[in-house]
Amino acid sequence: MRLIDWIDARFPATKFVKAHLSEYYAPRNFNFWYYFGFLALIILILQIVTGIFLTMHYKPDTALAFASVEYIMRDVPWGWLIRYLHSTGASAFFVVIYLHMFRGLLYGSYKEPRELVWIFGMLIYLTLMAEAFMGYLLPWGQMSFWGAQVIISLFGAIPYIGEGLALWIRGDFVVADATLNRFFAFHVIALPLVLLGLVVAHITALHEVGSNNPDGVDIKKTKDEQGIPLDGIAFHPYYSSKDLVGLIVFLFIFSLILFYMPEFGGWFLEKDNFIPANPLQTPEHIVPLWYFTPFYAILRAVPDKLFGVMAMGGAIIVLFLIPWLDRSPVRSIRYRGPLFRIALSIFTISFLALGYLGTQPATGLYTSLAQVFSVLYFSFFILMPIYTSLDKDQPVPQRVTGK
Amino acid sequence: MTKVTTALTFLLAIFTLNPAYAASGQLQLRPVDIDLSDKASLQRGARTFMNYCLTCHSASYMRYNRMGKDLGLTDEQVKDSLMFASEKVGETMTIAMRPDDAKKWFGSTPPDLSVISRARGADWLYSYFQTFYVDNKKVMGTNNSTLRNVGMPHVLWQDQGYLQKSTNGNLTRLSEGELTKDEYDEMTRDLVNFLAYIGEPSKIQRLALGKWVLIYLALFFFVAYPLKKIIWDDITK
Repeated sequence: MRLIDWIDARFPATKFVKAHLSEYYAPRNFNFWYYFGFLALIILILQIVTGIFLTMHYKPDTALAFASVEYIMRDVPWGWLIRYLHSTGASAFFVVIYLHMFRGLLYGSYKEPRELVWIFGMLIYLTLMAEAFMGYLLPWGQMSFWGAQVIISLFGAIPYIGEGLALWIRGDFVVADATLNRFFAFHVIALPLVLLGLVVAHITALHEVGSNNPDGVDIKKTKDEQGIPLDGIAFHPYYSSKDLVGLIVFLFIFSLILFYMPEFGGWFLEKDNFIPANPLQTPEHIVPLWYFTPFYAILRAVPDKLFGVMAMGGAIIVLFLIPWLDRSPVRSIRYRGPLFRIALSIFTISFLALGYLGTQPATGLYTSLAQVFSVLYFSFFILMPIYTSLDKDQPVPQRVTGK
Repeated sequence: MTKVTTALTFLLAIFTLNPAYAASGQLQLRPVDIDLSDKASLQRGARTFMNYCLTCHSASYMRYNRMGKDLGLTDEQVKDSLMFASEKVGETMTIAMRPDDAKKWFGSTPPDLSVISRARGADWLYSYFQTFYVDNKKVMGTNNSTLRNVGMPHVLWQDQGYLQKSTNGNLTRLSEGELTKDEYDEMTRDLVNFLAYIGEPSKIQRLALGKWVLIYLALFFFVAYPLKKIIWDDITK
């Protein structure tokens, strides 16, 4: 009796591999945009593994944290590599996730029957933001401290319970040892567990309904005698071999940054974060890391603090609603009318512009621009039911096209 | 392939847009060309650092023997010519001055210099060493146009001599030092080189390892890509 038969009699090993790899049929026309889900999973594993090793040497104590990071960078064998893998990985995670989400917008991957795939994905994004925010406090540099100080104080804008809530989150009147210790707990165990659970849910939902594709064609409509979609190919070995190529290209770019510019000109590791946290000295510009800056720009664009916080929260919540805001029966941008194409272009430009403005001082022209782009950002969602119903969509083919 | 090029161009475009925190304000910095592989320069910088800086400033994340190893010095050489503040080569570069006393004497505690080069950048540090000038309004008698109203005196005055600030804001010579201008530039360049080194000693390994990783990935690509081609043969036909 072969070992695998012995196992299969007790545990669905072969069944699992078939269902999710060798007999999971994905559309054969995946393009460039379809690498990023797989890459996100790889980065998640990278962050968990490097995180475990960092935890072995890091000290979540305001008196020791900054020094322990430098200890990792200097005295721990390969510590510098582990730390840079983790810090570069954090930014790479968001690069990949943003491209992955953009793919969803391009090809309507959130549409029926994939609404839950999108919702789980958005929950992953939300958890990832919390994970990154809390992780950034841990090196205990100036930006760690002041970034957390500013963001947590936003909760204080909520009427009645705000100040108490902010105090409860910090565990002290300012960001302090209690805050660092609890953020460490959330960063290394609580949120990673949530993330893993959500990733399982995301992939389970996806594999239940099947993957979308650049044509937005439902490949399950045309099947052969065995019930296999005519335009479907097994994930393994086709996409496993293709994703491997994508992984190598990704790792090449990733390594270029990691080995030759790990600070990435201040975008991945901020200069001010090489100064230990000092509660008595506010840095000239308090800037969150780049992946938060679009929302930070929206926050600062609104003159009132409470409404700013609501706008920032709303900017994220509204993403959850896309499956129901989009009224078009067509999924892919390839067969959508001009209105959606224009709207998505304006949205993309607005998001990038807000991201840039969030890194700049909130003064004069910059604030006015941030206000304009914030309005454009929200218009994409609020007007979506209107322009997607009015749009002149083209007919969608029965089968996937070309490559 | 065009998509990869587009992605790379996009990355480069982002890189050239500086976030506010990477820009160094309106200061005109003097650019300095440092070289971490120049061990002689690092050794000269280390000597200046030990003699002038490591009395008020610590570099408490940096170990003497690590420095010796990277700079091509034996433990004995480090002990004899570079260690004045500690006993054992395995120790980090700490100082005897207490932070509270320092604050009383200078107005603020001189910062630890372990990662100062990563917070400030090499050009800033070089400019800082170049722009001390006589200012009688200050307790120490000098000021600095790179870091205005700094509490630190012009420690290298014997070497550089004194500069003064003319009414148009330019720095002009007030008195000669023991070094010529070129020699002083070289001395401060070596010091900045050393500060950049202690800011990230593993940078030497990082750069050395990087090219092997890239070569490995490039070779791997030429295995993985044909493999994908072969596997996809019946799909793309």
